[in-house]
Amino acid sequence: MNKPLRRIAIFCGLLVLALLIRDNWIQYVQADELRTDKNNRRVTIERYASPRGNIIVGGEPITGSAESSGSDFKFKRTYKNGPMWAPVTGYASQAFGATQLESIEDGILTGNDDRLFFRNTLDMLTGKKQQGGNVVTTLNAAAQKAAYNGLKQQGGKGAVVALEPSTGKILALASYPSYDPSSFAGNSTTTDTEAWQKLQKKNNPNDPMLNRALRETYPPGSTFKVVTAAAALEDGIYTDPDGKTDSPDPWIMKGTTTKLPNEGNIPCKNATLRVALQYSCNTVFGKIGSDLGNDKMLDMAKKFGFDEEQFTPVRANASVFSDNMNPSQTALSSIGQFNTAATPLQMAMVASAVANDGKLMKPYMVDALQSPGLDPITKTDPEELSQPLSPENAQKLQSMMETVVDKGTGANAKIDGVKVGGKTGTAQHGVDNSENPYAWFISYAKGDDGSSPVAVAVVVEDDDAVRDDISGGGLAAPIARNVMEAVIDSKK
Amino acid sequence: MSGTNTSHSPTHHTSTIGAIGAPSRRNTELALLVFAVVIPVFAYANVGLALNDSVPPGLLSYGLGLGLLAGVGHLVVRKFAPYADPLMLPLATLLNGLGLVVIWRLDQSKRLSNYAEAAPRQLLYSAMGVALLAVVLIFLKDHRVLQRYTYISMAGALLLLVLPLVPGLGANIYGAKIWIKIPGLGTLQPGEFAKIALAVFFAGYLMVKRDALALASRRFMGLYLPRGRDLGPILVVWVISILILVFETDLGTSLLFFGMFVIMLYVATERTSWIVFGLLMSAVGAVGVASFEPHIQTRVQAWLDPMREFQLSREGVQDGIVHSEQAMQALWAFGSGGTLGTGLGQGNSDLIGFAANSDFILATFGEELGLAGVMAILLLYGLIIERGVRTALAARDPFGKLLAIGLSGAFGLQVFVVAGGVMGLIPLTGMTLPFVAYGGSSVIANWALIGILLRISDTARRPAPAPAANPDAEMTQVVRPS
Repeated sequence: MNKPLRRIAIFCGLLVLALLIRDNWIQYVQADELRTDKNNRRVTIERYASPRGNIIVGGEPITGSAESSGSDFKFKRTYKNGPMWAPVTGYASQAFGATQLESIEDGILTGNDDRLFFRNTLDMLTGKKQQGGNVVTTLNAAAQKAAYNGLKQQGGKGAVVALEPSTGKILALASYPSYDPSSFAGNSTTTDTEAWQKLQKKNNPNDPMLNRALRETYPPGSTFKVVTAAAALEDGIYTDPDGKTDSPDPWIMKGTTTKLPNEGNIPCKNATLRVALQYSCNTVFGKIGSDLGNDKMLDMAKKFGFDEEQFTPVRANASVFSDNMNPSQTALSSIGQFNTAATPLQMAMVASAVANDGKLMKPYMVDALQSPGLDPITKTDPEELSQPLSPENAQKLQSMMETVVDKGTGANAKIDGVKVGGKTGTAQHGVDNSENPYAWFISYAKGDDGSSPVAVAVVVEDDDAVRDDISGGGLAAPIARNVMEAVIDSKK
Repeated sequence: MSGTNTSHSPTHHTSTIGAIGAPSRRNTELALLVFAVVIPVFAYANVGLALNDSVPPGLLSYGLGLGLLAGVGHLVVRKFAPYADPLMLPLATLLNGLGLVVIWRLDQSKRLSNYAEAAPRQLLYSAMGVALLAVVLIFLKDHRVLQRYTYISMAGALLLLVLPLVPGLGANIYGAKIWIKIPGLGTLQPGEFAKIALAVFFAGYLMVKRDALALASRRFMGLYLPRGRDLGPILVVWVISILILVFETDLGTSLLFFGMFVIMLYVATERTSWIVFGLLMSAVGAVGVASFEPHIQTRVQAWLDPMREFQLSREGVQDGIVHSEQAMQALWAFGSGGTLGTGLGQGNSDLIGFAANSDFILATFGEELGLAGVMAILLLYGLIIERGVRTALAARDPFGKLLAIGLSGAFGLQVFVVAGGVMGLIPLTGMTLPFVAYGGSSVIANWALIGILLRISDTARRPAPAPAANPDAEMTQVVRPS
């Protein structure tokens, strides 16, 4: 009987071996995946086990941490001026998880990041409690306030993004309507869940939790003409902003019998680039796009950052400029219609690249990460994304955009003693343009030395306003001016 | 290679039978028992320090309790089974002690307030278990006596298996009907005792029938096919297993009994064809029953996609099936433990909820002692099984061999079914991890099982009576045919 007994012994050994292999699989190979699974409550317990580090703007924390009771979470996130900063911070909720900076920099904020390992070990030996590190942002509190309050006064939906052109630092990132992340930071099934439910899109058509500055794309309308003008200058079909262009008015789009209309009675026939931008001539820029063709336009749009997600490190949706379009579609796309769609961040990047003499810097909002003891862990260095324009062409485009503000549709953005360049946009949307248009304004301010401290993009969508009243110059330009002023004032 | 290489020795394969004058190894056992008591005592102190920053007040009584159990066990073995295997008692004591520590740790959980008094009760059950071990060793002088009770064992096993189905006596706890209620005492899992009774019955039955089952067969495609009438017994056991599965909805017990029978049948007849038949029949049975039994289907789904089951449970989906997040919670506990674990008392395995200290207790080991700890526990089980198989090899009579392999095989299968289930290797079935999991029936029955194995190994290792007045006796080695 001993032969089968030995075989059974081997069989039992294999059973134990199978268990050992499985154990290694779940506790070693898959351990990290299981440990950090977002549904694993330990992740949340850990996140709130010690006072969470803060997100900092201009030396002041915009977040906080308070002791909470009644559950296995020791601390709860608090926010100062939550609705204003929500597009930057995201939220960290005991019940509903974390997003944006709160999620991306969770390791630093909880203090569990590997880069804090040495420090944590030291703390453990000295018996100190673990603490979270801080996330220092690039934002400018005054600019953010001007942006948020501007949108709030306007009352409609909208977003503002302000960048520092020379570095790509995000100075303002506002979205309206917004939400207060404090309202559902806990895990009470009554108050927190109720607040959360009320903010969901299905219960609130205004969708306050949508980060319009980064995650919503709008047809950019006439503001896109800046990109088209850049393409014309770079390609060399027109080199002089004040030279006549070959632009019939009315212009019938190539391959069609359709006239591309201009808004109102404006001098667009053979207008110079400067005049065409000043009056926002659809015919001139439509024809430029059609003449350059889809490929060259797409190439320029991509250099400005279109068709690619941006990570600031919070993800921004990819803006769209289409491929494989016929000449009339390319013409429409070149004046910011048809499929063209851009996030407010994208249009701020366009203004910022022009203002920075043609150099596009990668937009970012985390300046540095600090240990709990405020020692720097990492610092973000500005990074060049691309060079859509040569410095000469950029300066030509600047002078054209400055004319728009001095004499054209962007007059509302004028600031005393500061040179401002801009471009308005009014984008139609909906079937047969039946819905209310979006008002756009992109601009930059320029100091005396020619360097630019700030570039802004503002979009306002207003369901209630009368169509004619919405124009980039009327609704959006004043907000842009206030934001630029706030940045300039804070530098003094 | 050591200098005392004995591979050429004729006694190599039968070393556990031992030569005349083989040491009893009782002192080895005693030394190992000291470790088996001291390690859990340290673990107990560790839990207290982690949870309350102080040495737990119950440490002394816990240490004394476990020490007393080990001491009584040891003295009984020393007196009544002096040549018994020296490892089994320390291994069982260590597992029992660690189980008590973890049960006590889960008693402290705020999330599991209903378990508050489980550890003291488990200590009482362990005492009853060791008492039963003593009873077995004192009154069962020779395991072959059990052979007389072959058919009584069968009747007893069937009775125990049917009890949970008796109306008013059985209790349906979370889908499986394997408990009976004893008013005033709590619940009992008769299946744990049926396991031993069935092993006795199978051993007795197969010892008588093995020749018929082995020899009368036809050869077909390299396999020996049994005659139709010899298929009778395996068919009966198969039907009973299926009935358990259908009426008690307990996949684990069903698998355990059928597996044990196939193992013993194979050992008795040395015919591989029985294994093939056994596997085919269990596959047919399991698939067949799963096709109409929703309880089993849920278990299989939870095994294939625990995350989906977790989400269905969270969303409170009402589709007539009880969705449970436990499988996923157990996996998270293991994963969060990682290589070295969080340390005793510092994990969150109590998130598993119901049965965290019984069916799912291995997950707490996984989270708090890590991969290292679970591998150690699994190896301890592996050692117990190995000692059991070794006892079967060493046993001198076929009944002893069959009984030892049946009991150790069942023990191994049970460990595999429950640990594999909790770790997501196979579908989860409601079974207890021997010695470690909370549950009176399980711990008492398994101590009795160890008692029987100790008795068989004592008989096997006991030196043959020395031939009188032979001056060469010391030098003589006895070789027995295996």
